[in-house]
Amino acid sequence: MKSSVITFPGSNCDRDMDVALKKFGFNNKMVWHNNNELPKSDLVVLPGGFSYGDYLRCGSMASKSRIMQSVINFAKSGGLVLGICNGFQILVETGLVPGVLLRNKYLEFICKNVFVKLDNKENAYFKNLNKDVMEFHIAHNEGNFFCTKDQLKEIKDNNQIAIYYCNSEGKIEDQYNPNGSIKNIAGIFNKEKNVLGMMPHPERMIDQSLSGEDGSIFFKNLINNIK
Amino acid sequence: MIVNEQIAIEHGLKSEEYKKICQLLKRTPNITELGIFSAMWNEHCSYKSSRLHLKKLPTKGKKVIQGPGENAGVIDIEDGDAIVFKIESHNHPSFIEPYQGAATGVGGIMRDVFTMGARPIANLNSIHFGSPQHKKTKNLLRGVVHGIGGYGNCIGVPTIAGQTSFDSSYNGNILVNAMTLGLVKKNKIFYSKAAGLNKPVIYVGSKTGRDGIHGASMASASFDEKIEEKKPTVQVGDPFTEKLLLEACLELMAGDSIIAIQDMGAAGLTSSSIEMASKGNLGIEIDLNKVPCRETRMTPYEIMLSESQERMLIVLENGKEEIAKKIFDKWNLDFAVIGKTTNSKNIELFFNQEQVAKIPINILVENSPMYDRKWKKSKLPKKNKIKNEVLNKLKIKDVLKKVLSNQNICSKEWIWQQYDHTVMGDTIQKPGGDSGVVRVHGTNKAVAASVDSSAVYCWAHPLTGGKQVVAESWRNLISVGAKPIAITNCLNFGSPEKEENMGEFVECVQGIGEASKYLNFPVVSGNVSFYNQTKEIGIKPTPAIGGVGLIKDYKNMISMDLKEVDNLILIIGKTEGHIDQSLFARIILDEKNGPPPEVNLFNEKNNGESILNLIDKGYVKSAHDISLGGLLVAISKMCIKGNKGIKINKSKNLINEIEYFFAEDQGRYLIEVNKEDLIEVTKILNKNSVHHEELGIITQNDIIINEKTKLTIDELKSYYTNWLAKYMS
Repeated sequence: MKSSVITFPGSNCDRDMDVALKKFGFNNKMVWHNNNELPKSDLVVLPGGFSYGDYLRCGSMASKSRIMQSVINFAKSGGLVLGICNGFQILVETGLVPGVLLRNKYLEFICKNVFVKLDNKENAYFKNLNKDVMEFHIAHNEGNFFCTKDQLKEIKDNNQIAIYYCNSEGKIEDQYNPNGSIKNIAGIFNKEKNVLGMMPHPERMIDQSLSGEDGSIFFKNLINNIK
Repeated sequence: MIVNEQIAIEHGLKSEEYKKICQLLKRTPNITELGIFSAMWNEHCSYKSSRLHLKKLPTKGKKVIQGPGENAGVIDIEDGDAIVFKIESHNHPSFIEPYQGAATGVGGIMRDVFTMGARPIANLNSIHFGSPQHKKTKNLLRGVVHGIGGYGNCIGVPTIAGQTSFDSSYNGNILVNAMTLGLVKKNKIFYSKAAGLNKPVIYVGSKTGRDGIHGASMASASFDEKIEEKKPTVQVGDPFTEKLLLEACLELMAGDSIIAIQDMGAAGLTSSSIEMASKGNLGIEIDLNKVPCRETRMTPYEIMLSESQERMLIVLENGKEEIAKKIFDKWNLDFAVIGKTTNSKNIELFFNQEQVAKIPINILVENSPMYDRKWKKSKLPKKNKIKNEVLNKLKIKDVLKKVLSNQNICSKEWIWQQYDHTVMGDTIQKPGGDSGVVRVHGTNKAVAASVDSSAVYCWAHPLTGGKQVVAESWRNLISVGAKPIAITNCLNFGSPEKEENMGEFVECVQGIGEASKYLNFPVVSGNVSFYNQTKEIGIKPTPAIGGVGLIKDYKNMISMDLKEVDNLILIIGKTEGHIDQSLFARIILDEKNGPPPEVNLFNEKNNGESILNLIDKGYVKSAHDISLGGLLVAISKMCIKGNKGIKINKSKNLINEIEYFFAEDQGRYLIEVNKEDLIEVTKILNKNSVHHEELGIITQNDIIINEKTKLTIDELKSYYTNWLAKYMS
């Protein structure tokens, strides 16, 4: 299975994603933002970090990078595009997924483990997972998902909510919301469910010495779903 | 502008220093030259008050590849790998402008590390604030934490450990010390020594602006009521540019284009160009019109003294300019050939085709002032006699509650949750443990690092305090199963022109030297920060020690959380009941005098090495050193982290129970062992003459101290975890 990770100036989780994808069997290529063409890929990942220093608005400049036109075309033709953290912010800026990501409610960067509830398994990312609640790691300053009421209705009607912040039992309540996201939303799909943007970093949880191993479960399942 | 003595004094030079300059030059310097002298001869860059004493520190060892004198120290971690590390202060700027001051402190130290060819793999920090009641403390703390996070998070280097303290002596001078570890291949280390004639000198990174002019001079003076006016001397950081600079430099370093490289830190272009030439015993010629400037009409004086961040100076091999330029273009960074190396042994500056400065480099470097300042020896204070009646009136539970929730003990999670501590995917021990630990990417090895200081002990008796900080750093590394290798030090003191402060410095350095020599734990890099005082009030002497150690197989790393019910807890090292200068004495007895606990280096070494031996054999399930707050605080933290309880045995020790639980005797640890291993563990400890006793047995829940005293883990947690978040909300 072939994957591509895009490196923007200021990306800093690109290596971590490369390590994770290779560990679980992807043949991964790093792609420079200034390239025109995507290599042939089964999965494209927009990694975390601070593309363009988060200047102007997180993800906005990266969304206009040369490579992004190919990524958008790839997504529109049904290709799998996964945006993690800053990658999610970039996806939002391209309009591939709805909503915006505001500054965290308490105005502080948060780095910690959280639990998320999977809402929709009818997609390439979560299909066949035998877990409903996963422990992931977040590290962001702007992860406060927001959208209009109409958008929210549409997102719900189309089953576009991918994951919610919750507790270890899967309870979705305000107290388990780390950043003020509307309805505890931690990740979201496009209508077709081939594009997924999410704040948590599964690539930081890929062996037992790290913050946890639910990232391993996620990637193993993902590559099996693509095969 | 005609230079005279008055102008020299306004530049922070002393009258006699100005006379010396004129004498050495055999003429009056012009304003640009005066600026260069003031930058090179201030305390921050010249170490004029400290050099004499720093020479006495042990800096060599089998594992030392590079000691002090380069951008950072380098140690060998085997298999061709090396760790580059250093700690540096950014105290003065952080007090004036906490966000930028702290951010650029982090940026500066990371540059020191990647200048040597190493990719930064971990950041640490030691930050000290005034009393929580002081009106500035909250904002300074928030600003500093945001600044450290803002910079480190953006670069994508995990912040893995740190230390925070509060003490009223920092009310007018906070301390912000930042430390970075980088990983490099032993045969790909880069140095700042220029070599060869007519080699191109190139400038890369951000453009030069008017920010930070006189930053190093500002950091070499005390504060007064006019400090707000000094804001323009604080540099402004841009972590995004630094990230690009890091990647571009490492890309260039992969080839063979670079002869020497030096970051533009304190005193900017001045010190970087002079240091490279001086080390190579060469001259250097710079055309200032070629320096990329952010602002128009910058003068030679401003260009030379700017401390704009994220800039590097490189001496290239001839003919490699195009290769280098291509890389910096790719990363959208400025690149300019601004001069060349010469055999004149002068620094020569040109601007608009005119020579604007010409100074022999040896005058600036070797002839820089060095002072043997007067200093006062301190006496060991007399021990306090604490009456048993006073102690017997106290309830252990009440004392524990106060100590655990004290600002200098309580959990600092509010702080480190704002630092990305997991990026790079190798952090295997997060902040909150005895040391932070990161894996050496792609190997089975891991590196542990910790940063420590004990200002109260140093203030009470500098010689003992100096020893203690090194011993504590050593213990923190041992506690995670790392073999200690070397240290870096950040020496934060008041004015060297005051005999008491200078005495504190001299004796702390002596203590650090004695301990590091005995423990074979050499000093490989460091930084001195004097003049941490506002008007006449100086800080408590605060040497911060950053220790680094190696874990050969990361799977053998130890953490402090209790692992298994029915395992036993052993106390390693003897509890004598030393209460003076303990947290207990200060906050419960309100007693500030007396000597700090004695440091017995034989015991430190013997206890530490024996524990490493037990860890190697797999007997240690968890470990934690006993430091600030004493025995009961140490076990409480282990219980909280492991979510387990302990039933504590009745002590056979003859001292008062309160002394037993809250004394701060040194050289002690708590280790968790399996019951079945006890005989073998005891045998090893006895064989090495290590004092040890059984503290108790791990239980499901609750700390049971005696029939009358019992606490639940939830109670402990609420004491330990709430203070800081509540204070900041």
